[in-house]
Amino acid sequence: MMELVRRPHAQNFVAFAAERPEVLVLSADLTSSCEANDFRDAYPERFFSMGLAEQNMIGFAAGLAREGFSPWVHTFAVFICRRAFDQVAMSVGYPNLPVRLVGFLPGITTPGGVTHQAIDDVGLMRLIPNMTVLECGDATEVESVVDVAHEIDGPVYVRMLRGEVPRLFDPADRLRLGRARVLSEGDDLTVLTSGICTEQGIRASAALAARGVSLRHLHVSTLKPFDDPIVRSALGSTRGTVITLENHSVIGGLGSAVAEALAESGTGVKLHRLGLRDVYSHGASREHLMREHGIDALGLVTAVEQALGARFDISAEELAAVEADPAGGPANPEAL
Amino acid sequence: MSQQRSDSATSAWADEARRVARSVRRRVLAHTLAHDGGYLSQACSSAEILAALYTRVMRLGPSQGPPVPPPFPGPPGPHNPDSFTGAAYNGPVAPDLDRFVFSPVHYALVLYSTLIEVGRLAPEAMDQYDRDGSTVELIGAEHSPGHEVTAGSLAQAISQAGGIALGRKLKGEPGRVWVFLSDGELQEGQTWEAITAAAYHGIDGLGVYVDANGQCCDGAMESVMEVEPMVERLASFGADAVEVDGHDVEALAAPATRPRQGQPLVVVARTDPCRGLELLRSRAPRLHYLRFTGTAERERYEQALSELEQEA
Repeated sequence: MMELVRRPHAQNFVAFAAERPEVLVLSADLTSSCEANDFRDAYPERFFSMGLAEQNMIGFAAGLAREGFSPWVHTFAVFICRRAFDQVAMSVGYPNLPVRLVGFLPGITTPGGVTHQAIDDVGLMRLIPNMTVLECGDATEVESVVDVAHEIDGPVYVRMLRGEVPRLFDPADRLRLGRARVLSEGDDLTVLTSGICTEQGIRASAALAARGVSLRHLHVSTLKPFDDPIVRSALGSTRGTVITLENHSVIGGLGSAVAEALAESGTGVKLHRLGLRDVYSHGASREHLMREHGIDALGLVTAVEQALGARFDISAEELAAVEADPAGGPANPEAL
Repeated sequence: MSQQRSDSATSAWADEARRVARSVRRRVLAHTLAHDGGYLSQACSSAEILAALYTRVMRLGPSQGPPVPPPFPGPPGPHNPDSFTGAAYNGPVAPDLDRFVFSPVHYALVLYSTLIEVGRLAPEAMDQYDRDGSTVELIGAEHSPGHEVTAGSLAQAISQAGGIALGRKLKGEPGRVWVFLSDGELQEGQTWEAITAAAYHGIDGLGVYVDANGQCCDGAMESVMEVEPMVERLASFGADAVEVDGHDVEALAAPATRPRQGQPLVVVARTDPCRGLELLRSRAPRLHYLRFTGTAERERYEQALSELEQEA
């Protein structure tokens, strides 16, 4: 049974900060939207409202980091990565400051339309030298990513989930820097998924396994640096196609990172990148947009069918049933 | 620093500040001649501001930097333990000491010259100016002498200084954070975000000196984007804003002694981009970077330099 955890970051971050007085939160008028309101209420002296002014907020975070604090910027991913890109690159990235950028609403997780949908954030942050890029795929990773980020000597971008977040991984099986999770082993092809697409990958691989497809499935949470020996080994030993599935543009994110790794290794296997195919999205439900962009379980099944030259007659209903969601359906579209 | 002092003591530091300013102008002119170009108008406008900051306003310990700067050690990063900033030239970091954040880093030549004149940098440092592999860069970087942050993307430094000042406030440190800003940076929205945030959070450890020389890269400010009335705008954004004659070192130093009352201090220093070098005025309104048009012009500037040297 798949557990849904409500607002996993909120209380977890309060606990994380309890014994770490250097941890501060900077927010740009999206405090409870970024689940930082519990922190604000618990430690008001360590919470700084910076207003709707992200460029300045990044600079303040840089200055605080130079003074030995651990500033955690909380806002929507688009406003960190697009609006304040130069500030992130110059005020934080160049000096390798331990600023933690927590970006909410990755990809099409919001019905807020193109202005709120971070479809390019992973690519933008991967471009910045010294930046570590982490993405959460479930509630366990939301809870453990802060400890991982805290230990990194330099800036970290966290692609964060909020609201009702499924727990795919045991709470004790925490996120590890530079270590993918091997969710299934197989010989026919290799699938790498990240973020919310991992749940889709689990559903697809279960249905495909029932039809005899031997599929290796990796969940990737460290998008930069991309030097994970588990990923390298999986790519190097793949005989068939490699498929990537991500809630992001196919340019700049997981698919690009895998393409770069494959090309540089000289492996020469075919790569099929599933993601937003160099298009903007629009305001609609997560379920609708995942189907529209083909980044759901059915999209992955179709890609596997193409790779293997086979048809498995798997329906959307069957894939939904695999989810075994105790809440009886997908999470409500998240309001702003 | 005591605010009570005798007239003779006051004039002693002011005389020294004026000497530093004159020497900075002369040094930058000589350098511009030797290198066939330079940011000369910036020296003319800001010499007294930087001189007042280094001789009077800022409470700094002795330079910790080597008199001749080391070469570029590579960019900061987790695998480069050798990287450094140029802040060592502004003295040690201590709770009661001030910090300096230099924002318009194309003024680097003026800052290097000031550091030399106040004894924080050896004159030989300028042999490395704009040389490949050197930290004495044409456009200052955070590893350049006297620089502490990455600032060349204008208006980013004031936010970083605001963060440093907030951090120091949280730690209860009495030392202040001084920013040297150019007036063109008031065209950037981030500057106003920073002033607003510093005022909102009561960060009165932040002090800003603006070189209001009325010049931009394209020409006069009013022909690029008007930001007047500067003082009124700054005050309305929450700053303790004051306007002074930017060539009067005593007037420049005075606002720094005002009591801190929960607001960032912004001193708008009205300056003349041709101050002390009338010859430059014929170049107006394009004063951003001086490149000699030919031998005749060059000789006129050589003549001006020898006149300045005779005055000294």
